Amino acid sequence: MTTPLTSSDFQIAPQRRRREQLVHAAFLASAGLSIVISVAIVVALAGNAVSFLVNVDKSALFAGGWFPRRGLYDIPTIVAGTLVISVVAMLVATPLGLGAGIYLAEYASPRSRRILKPIVEILASIPSVVLGFFALTFISPRLIQPLTGAPLSNMASAGLAVGVLITPLVASVSEDAMHAVPGFLREAAYGLGARKRSTSLEIVFPAAISGIVAALLLAFSRAIGETMVVSIAAGGTGGSLFQLNPLEPGQTMTAAMTALAIGSDRVRGSALTFESLFFVGLLLFAATLILNVASEAFVRRVRSRY
Amino acid sequence: MAVGVQVLPTREAVEARLRSGRADRLGALIQGLLLAALLIALGVLLVLLADVASRALPVFGERSAEFLSAPLSARPARAGIVQGLIGSLALMVFVVVLSLPLGIGAAVYLEEYARDTRATRLIRTNIRNLAGVPAIVYGLLGLALFVTLLGMGRTLVAGGLTLAVLVLPIVVITTSEALRAVPGSIREAAFGVGATRWETIRGHVLPYAAPGILTGTILSLGRAFGETAPLVMVGAVVGTFNGVDLGAMMTGSYTSLPTIVYNWSREPQDAFRALTSATIVVLLLVILLVNATAIFLRNRYDRRW
Amino acid sequence: MPEGSEAATLPTLDPSDVVFDLERLSCFYGSFRAVREISLQVPRNRITALIGPSGCGKSTLLRSFNRMNDLVEGAHIEGSVRYHGVDLYADGIDPVEVRRRIGMVFQKPNPFPKSIYDNVAFGPRVAGYRGDMAELVERSLRRAALWDEVKDKLRDPGTALSGGQQQRLCIARAIAVEPDVILMDEPCSALDPIATLKIEELMHELKENYTIVIVTHNMQQAARASDLTAFLTMGEDRAGHLVEMAPTEQLFTRPANALTESYITGRFG
Repeated sequence: MTTPLTSSDFQIAPQRRRREQLVHAAFLASAGLSIVISVAIVVALAGNAVSFLVNVDKSALFAGGWFPRRGLYDIPTIVAGTLVISVVAMLVATPLGLGAGIYLAEYASPRSRRILKPIVEILASIPSVVLGFFALTFISPRLIQPLTGAPLSNMASAGLAVGVLITPLVASVSEDAMHAVPGFLREAAYGLGARKRSTSLEIVFPAAISGIVAALLLAFSRAIGETMVVSIAAGGTGGSLFQLNPLEPGQTMTAAMTALAIGSDRVRGSALTFESLFFVGLLLFAATLILNVASEAFVRRVRSRY
Repeated sequence: MAVGVQVLPTREAVEARLRSGRADRLGALIQGLLLAALLIALGVLLVLLADVASRALPVFGERSAEFLSAPLSARPARAGIVQGLIGSLALMVFVVVLSLPLGIGAAVYLEEYARDTRATRLIRTNIRNLAGVPAIVYGLLGLALFVTLLGMGRTLVAGGLTLAVLVLPIVVITTSEALRAVPGSIREAAFGVGATRWETIRGHVLPYAAPGILTGTILSLGRAFGETAPLVMVGAVVGTFNGVDLGAMMTGSYTSLPTIVYNWSREPQDAFRALTSATIVVLLLVILLVNATAIFLRNRYDRRW
Repeated sequence: MPEGSEAATLPTLDPSDVVFDLERLSCFYGSFRAVREISLQVPRNRITALIGPSGCGKSTLLRSFNRMNDLVEGAHIEGSVRYHGVDLYADGIDPVEVRRRIGMVFQKPNPFPKSIYDNVAFGPRVAGYRGDMAELVERSLRRAALWDEVKDKLRDPGTALSGGQQQRLCIARAIAVEPDVILMDEPCSALDPIATLKIEELMHELKENYTIVIVTHNMQQAARASDLTAFLTMGEDRAGHLVEMAPTEQLFTRPANALTESYITGRFG
């Protein structure tokens, strides 16, 4: 004769439940940590940045050159440097990266893709200091200088190196975007007697355009945040005048921060130079945040379509 | 183009048209251009590797062992990278000990426990944004928080914490992807026999996702190994300092392998160029080894049970 | 010998009427034979239906008519497919040209994420059409019985139409390259009954200018809409083979083969 079931038969053992709750709490805390980090970043940057803005002589912010040691903090100089290098980088990475991505997605056989993709991943894992060194010791003296007579440190070689740095990013994200286009669209095109190039370029590529724009935005964000290549190869140590010519040395936001941090631009005892570091950091953070959010928006458009 | 009723096509006419496909020259050109793009990108890699290797030869040819075991020095003939090796390894320990448990924990929460609420979506978006923040900004965070506010100063501890924070979002994202790849049927089967959520995760989900998680974390480590900007921000020495003692580095001056590359690349003399190249060779070998391990593991465990 | 392969009964056709002539066609995916030794003929300006239980290779057979199977890695054929007497799989025959003359409409409507106009214009454009595109688009949409419904919104995306309209758009798209044959792979299975009826009426109009071959698992549709029907089934080796082919009315009322009768009376499939 079996005893009838009661609700207590369906209760979990207290010890088991306690462990379950502890584990749940631990995991929740880990996730919440990410919010803490974000808040910390904003607070760390904002505190000092605001202090800088309050204390700095406003005219110094548009003084025509970035020379922290002399109290000149021309923001347009470092923004211009960042943009010049990033634009050069995108001019390199967009055709190379998209070309590679389209080839891998639409033309490469499974066997060649198995070989080529890991090589692209290897390219993606090269640290930026290595590319910075390459820019200074190879790209500039062997490519840029002979053709243009530019000084050894110039924004063009740094820009080319940053372009190489972000090309694998463009290639792999755009390849994923093209892969995500459903097969039935390709089938419809082939069924009409279209050739592979018409199908790839006129059907698949436009269908993947949101993902591709997301890739380019992400790459641009990466380019403006790039530090080591520009610190090593773009020049601008000791300060720089406003400069739009890529064949001249220039100063980016990131290189300016590096120079301030390692002390070459710092004035002992001056809180202002220390705070300027955070102000520039805040600008950079805001810019990359906007680009990343925009990139996210495009990725969401892709997901909603299919 | 043939149309149905009126004209009955002759066999010859049809055959002529079906064979007429002219050599698609434009298509071949386009395919060639796309392939060229890919090959140029890879070609740059080869040129870089060849250039670095050739510059590094004098150092390895003459004094490999000393190069790897000597401390930094203003004299290139005596300089070595041992401090960077020790520093980098110690930093990696920090990253492993801190970011892996926290990162995997956060991912487990988001994928296995959290319901799809606004808070959860906010956390997910937040983590994605954090992964896109430039490394140098993490350096600023480290400078303000660890070095200054918490008073750790320019020590390896501060550097290690900074790197751990930087790598954390990446670990969360790669682990989340690995967890999402676990088929729902695995969880259902475990729940079906009365396992609790944690028991399901520990006994079924995590083992299944382990290779993917392992691959992702190894790749994150490789990325952290090559990071320089944040360390420069929090005070890794860009110059020379004495001492090869780990204990001293924890609380005093320290450096890392990529930081040494940064430092020496600013010296124009040929001797330093050779040293920089040799350091790059060591750096690339480590990273290549790390990536190869990750890819090997991924391929090996890709067979699903 | 698999049941029915040599003994398949076929209608006799006037040679000048024959568009497709299959001789012992077998279709393989790698080493797996999906279709076994099919011999049949398809007449012009008629609707020929391929029916049979699911998995018996009807779609594979249909796709071999316009070399769509070429797109699958490892797919190949034995035997021959002759189109107006020309062996479609001979060396030197360009599959792209084949597909321009033998068009296809698929099971799930798959308009491009472009405007209605651009959907219809795509095929002729890549084929190098240099005439009046607007006129060709209108003519194709009229022939697909879609013009009146979309003439004021040609710039709207093709994906904004209803399922039935999308399928008619796909038909218009296929017509625009001015093919000789339209192959239809279960074109109505994703549509509601009203849309289905519209498509069947459309097919009836289309056969005046095109040869139509349709795969359907809906027997009633085959009985309603087609002029000839071929019944395929799967043999022990999991390969599809032809059991019987006859004028539709004859196949459904006085089938010559016992297996055919079993299928159409619902005893299997």
